[in-house]
Amino acid sequence: MSTPTAVRTERPAPRSGRPAPRRPGRGARAWATRAPLLPALVFLIAVTQLPFVATLVISLFDWNSLRPDDRSFTGLDNYSQVASDEGLRESVVTTAVLTAAVVLVSVVLGLLIALLLDRTFPGRGVVRTLLIAPFLLVPVAAALLWKHALYNPEYGLFNGALTWVAELFGDDTPPQPDWVSDMPLIAVEAALIWQWTPFMMLILLAGLQSRPTEMVEAARLDGATSFQIFRYLTLPHLRRYLELGVLLGSVYIVQNFDAVFTITSGGLGTANLPYTIYQTFYQAHEYGLASAAGVLVVIGSIVIATFALRVVSSLFREEVSRA
Amino acid sequence: MTTTVATAEKPARTGRAALPPALRKARRRSAGLGLLAWLVGIAFFLPVAWMVLTSLHAETDAAANPPAVAASLTLDGYRTFFGSGGGPSPWPALLNSLMASVFSTVLVLALALPAAYALSIRRVQRWTDVLFFFLSTKMLPVVAGLLPIYLFAKNTGMLDNIWLLVLLYTSMNLPIAVWMLQSFLADIPVSIVEAAQIDGAKLTTVLTRVIAPVAGPGIAATSLICFIFSWNEMLFARVLTGVTAETAPVFLTRFITSQGLFLAQVCAASVVISLPVLAAGFAAQDKLVQGLSLGAVK
Repeated sequence: MSTPTAVRTERPAPRSGRPAPRRPGRGARAWATRAPLLPALVFLIAVTQLPFVATLVISLFDWNSLRPDDRSFTGLDNYSQVASDEGLRESVVTTAVLTAAVVLVSVVLGLLIALLLDRTFPGRGVVRTLLIAPFLLVPVAAALLWKHALYNPEYGLFNGALTWVAELFGDDTPPQPDWVSDMPLIAVEAALIWQWTPFMMLILLAGLQSRPTEMVEAARLDGATSFQIFRYLTLPHLRRYLELGVLLGSVYIVQNFDAVFTITSGGLGTANLPYTIYQTFYQAHEYGLASAAGVLVVIGSIVIATFALRVVSSLFREEVSRA
Repeated sequence: MTTTVATAEKPARTGRAALPPALRKARRRSAGLGLLAWLVGIAFFLPVAWMVLTSLHAETDAAANPPAVAASLTLDGYRTFFGSGGGPSPWPALLNSLMASVFSTVLVLALALPAAYALSIRRVQRWTDVLFFFLSTKMLPVVAGLLPIYLFAKNTGMLDNIWLLVLLYTSMNLPIAVWMLQSFLADIPVSIVEAAQIDGAKLTTVLTRVIAPVAGPGIAATSLICFIFSWNEMLFARVLTGVTAETAPVFLTRFITSQGLFLAQVCAASVVISLPVLAAGFAAQDKLVQGLSLGAVK
């Protein structure tokens, strides 16, 4: 951080009125400016970056904790094992499918609900409060709720409701699907979508409420249809907020562990990467393999994160330039 | 400051007859859409309501099919959860969660406030790069660093220790806090800081008398988010704690396996453990939006 390189073109201009960044070489004063930053930076590097370096080292060893004396250096052997491991390859696909499905459905639902809540109607505050409840449940509790109180084939609410409806029609043999075994991945996704839709709704609602209303009213008076207003005014305005929702949602859902762990215990093709890595070292005690898988996940994340950070920085630059 | 009132009223227009027909039609339709919004809200809340209702039922009613909605209410599920039936008491776990969340939130603020100051008020060079470094650490999957942390803890006797969780939760929330606080502090007009300095105020005075009051709501929003994420965390807590330092979410997962599955009890446990977060989140909805969007949405 200390030696500045040539000023990069995309760096936002400092706000007028802010003291311009000092030149280094006025050593003491530059360090006085930097000092408040250092504790946080040092702490973060120590606690988050060092473990990854250690993971990288461990990934080069054949190391099963049940046979601690057999530890040996194997170079990239673990990586070829991981690459050829069917279960791990499947979990990469599972992670991608799970994340994409949950993020996309949550964003679309969240947008529709945000549009509903963007109008005044009696009890709007109450409805918003009802809607954010799913997001505020402790994730483990939410997963347990879905698994046992809703999905359970004998006494879950879903099958209970089916029984009740069937009885209304005089049917004594209602369908009683076993939700989790019949559609395991969808069961996990549904629980996560229920939790994340409110999150997307909150961000998009804030976006909608920052929209200039005069423009919409004017367009309406000019005879624009609701769809045209949505397509040409609302959606472009919401783009930044949609990107933000997708990015933040992806960061958290890629790493989801609680729902997979609780609802299916990773069985039936629902094991995503976090769960698979957890299993590899926690149950199979294969430290080397788990680390190699971890390193690959990190590399994958860096690729995705680079793209995601670019999105944030474009948002951020708009923020800075508007200020 | 910057808190939006979420239920900002659109300017009310009076005189229905004066409205052009296009607007009048839109008004009529909005009654139906208001009803739809209510239905959606109720649908999303239904599982939560069902959880609360089930927690107040006897086990036999909780496991009824079709559901025994109108069954008599009882607090047995809560009594068993709090250990009256001879099961493990949840209090140590709840206390561990509270301590880990509060201590890590305090530590996050202690580290993030100075950092945010250096990234907003008196900017260091290349401050945007530093900000993005903070955010990038949030994108790495924690599970990949879990094994070395576990081994380190095992070899230094830090396993099953609440302070290890405090450190990890701090690192988990620090990037979010730096981003949020940076965006809140950047909103403080430079002129008032400079005016105070011209009046001969010391740095400490500027910090406590000028910056702190203006940034107060932002600091509150940041604390709320950090608390919620720490309270909810389960993976670290599960791998790194045992009997002494187990947190509420871990207790919840073990509670089921040790007792067998009693639905009313599980729901009671979930209600109790979710209550602090639900209460805080309902009370501070706008802060939640600001916090979740890293301060970008105000």
